[in-house]
Amino acid sequence: MLLVETQGTPPPAPLTLIAREGRRAVPTVIVSGQELIALDDVASLFQVTVAEDAPTGGVTVSYRGRTIVLSTQQSIASVNGRVVTLPAPVARSGRRLLVPLEFLSRALAPIYDRRIDLRRASRLLIVGDMTVPRVVARIDSAGPPTRATIEVTPAAPVTVTPDVGRIIVRVEADALDTSLPAGGTALIDQVRPGDQPNTVALILDGAAGTPRTATTTADGVTRISIDVPSAAAAGDTAAPPPPPTPPSDPLPPVVGKRRFTTVVLDPGHGGADTGVRTADGLLEKELTLDVARRLRQRLETRLGLRVLLTRDDDRTLGPDERAAFANNNKADLFLSLHGNGALGPAVSGAEVFFLSLDKEGESVRRSANAEAVSLPALGGSRRVLEIVPWNLAQAAHIDRSSTLAQMLDQELKRHVPMSPRGVQRAGMRVLTGANMPAALVEMAYLTNPDQAAKARGEEFRNSTADALYDAIARFRTFADEKAP
Amino acid sequence: MTELRRFLPAAIGVLALALFAWGMIALLERLTARNADVPAAASAPPAAAETPHISVTLFYATPEGDALAPLRREVPLAQGLVAQGRQILTAQLQPPPGPYISTIPSGTTLRAFYVSEKGDAFVDLTGIAAAHPGGSLTELLTVQAIVNAVTANLPAIQRVQILVDGKEVDTIAGHVDIRRPLTRDTSLVRELEASP
Repeated sequence: MLLVETQGTPPPAPLTLIAREGRRAVPTVIVSGQELIALDDVASLFQVTVAEDAPTGGVTVSYRGRTIVLSTQQSIASVNGRVVTLPAPVARSGRRLLVPLEFLSRALAPIYDRRIDLRRASRLLIVGDMTVPRVVARIDSAGPPTRATIEVTPAAPVTVTPDVGRIIVRVEADALDTSLPAGGTALIDQVRPGDQPNTVALILDGAAGTPRTATTTADGVTRISIDVPSAAAAGDTAAPPPPPTPPSDPLPPVVGKRRFTTVVLDPGHGGADTGVRTADGLLEKELTLDVARRLRQRLETRLGLRVLLTRDDDRTLGPDERAAFANNNKADLFLSLHGNGALGPAVSGAEVFFLSLDKEGESVRRSANAEAVSLPALGGSRRVLEIVPWNLAQAAHIDRSSTLAQMLDQELKRHVPMSPRGVQRAGMRVLTGANMPAALVEMAYLTNPDQAAKARGEEFRNSTADALYDAIARFRTFADEKAP
Repeated sequence: MTELRRFLPAAIGVLALALFAWGMIALLERLTARNADVPAAASAPPAAAETPHISVTLFYATPEGDALAPLRREVPLAQGLVAQGRQILTAQLQPPPGPYISTIPSGTTLRAFYVSEKGDAFVDLTGIAAAHPGGSLTELLTVQAIVNAVTANLPAIQRVQILVDGKEVDTIAGHVDIRRPLTRDTSLVRELEASP
């Protein structure tokens, strides 16, 4: 009884399983040029049972009364009595049994209730009735105009949405099997997977003008032609009439049937970080927590929402911890509460912020699928910047965050004094990682003697909580109406 | 016709050279003229009387503290982008003339100023975070004053990254993201009547 002891190396790219339940990475290992998967991983992924018959060197995989018999000696398997070949016999790594990846398509697929589609080239394992068309993008000419083509096979309805500095192509599908150019050319900086599993994003250069797109379907292939002129050229030449454009309704970033249920409130500062201090010693961190609790009570009792606070006591929290808390709890709205400070005592009034995405944000978006970006610094050193894709999560929700900010501004106006600056866009750190509509409210200037005095009182805190409650109630109605 | 074509580039070249020379003379005249004004300017240290100065725009909070005011100030002329950047920032860190207010806490010093191959400037400050009074508005004014002081006066620089004690940080006081180089932002700048 001789089993191959196996160490192996990881594959160049992970295998991704796509199913109705979501997507996940499937661990595999390369041994002597063969890609192997552990049978205990197969067991947990596909709900099969694995039994080893040591004396005969046989391994039995059972699924709903159907069986596959594998051998540790021979590269064959008996699938419900029918023999299929495999590239290698069962191997052993420690206590684990490994089979060639082909086991999934040749042995498991014939007896499995759901379709199993192994696409080795694109590193996809598709389980069940999922629509995963092949999407091939290429840049045809540098131009200007820089010309690109995206082909979707088999044909599927697509929506092309031009956005600031980028074009989002959304395919009506569960996921995409993409083949994208490695780098950019001329006015197209990058073509990369979008923020949703069924989107592709073309990141445009800063010098790009308004792109023109045309979509045609023929011979089972949907073809999107994209022309990106330079901004300068678009300005001084009368642009030729654009080719027929496909419907381009700006779709909401989140597609799903779930309703608005969860709000995460973020009392600003906390712990060692006290925030602004009033002349008589009221701390911003105390005010933000108190108003957050008042608001939570209103939202829970009147709207029946699930309301969570990033901190419900006096503790230090980093910006990423706050956003991650909202993301992990699948919040439908993130609201960060603050008290403002100015260099002069006269400045007063509430302000509302949502995130601004400047060119830097866009350029980080461009490299968002890279693991790290190395930046040169003077003195010969290089700085390696780790890019965490979820940290750019807010970019996908900017439109709704803008709506939320407007509603907050309008409702605050009815209850508390406002600053003349109203709704502002700024690079608010805590908002960058929030993967849902998000805003930051500065409730009052704690450096203004009148506002500082009022901020101590019940009346101001209740009025602010009432205003924020009204805005969130409005936003909930808006979000539910927009939900598909 | 062909003769004309041959001579045209040469003629343009001569014209351009003449224009350039005239421009340089004019610039020198202006610089020396400004030099003469320097001793009168309050900001100039007495020892620097013979150092040529240039006029730059620095940014301070308005007396109310709700916006940035651009003020023309004299700083010593320096050799090269990096040296000039240091001069500008050193001046920006100094207290402004009344009634304007500095948006950078007093005690903040410039640790380093350098420019990357990509043309991004790095402003490395020390003492800024601990002393910052906080609040989104004040923090925005602080960040914009630094970024704008560099970009408004050194056109070669489009982006500025603020470092604290030599390190990249999330924010100065908990609000404004400064993890990446920032471009000029004039959203809180309020133009005043021309200052002398």
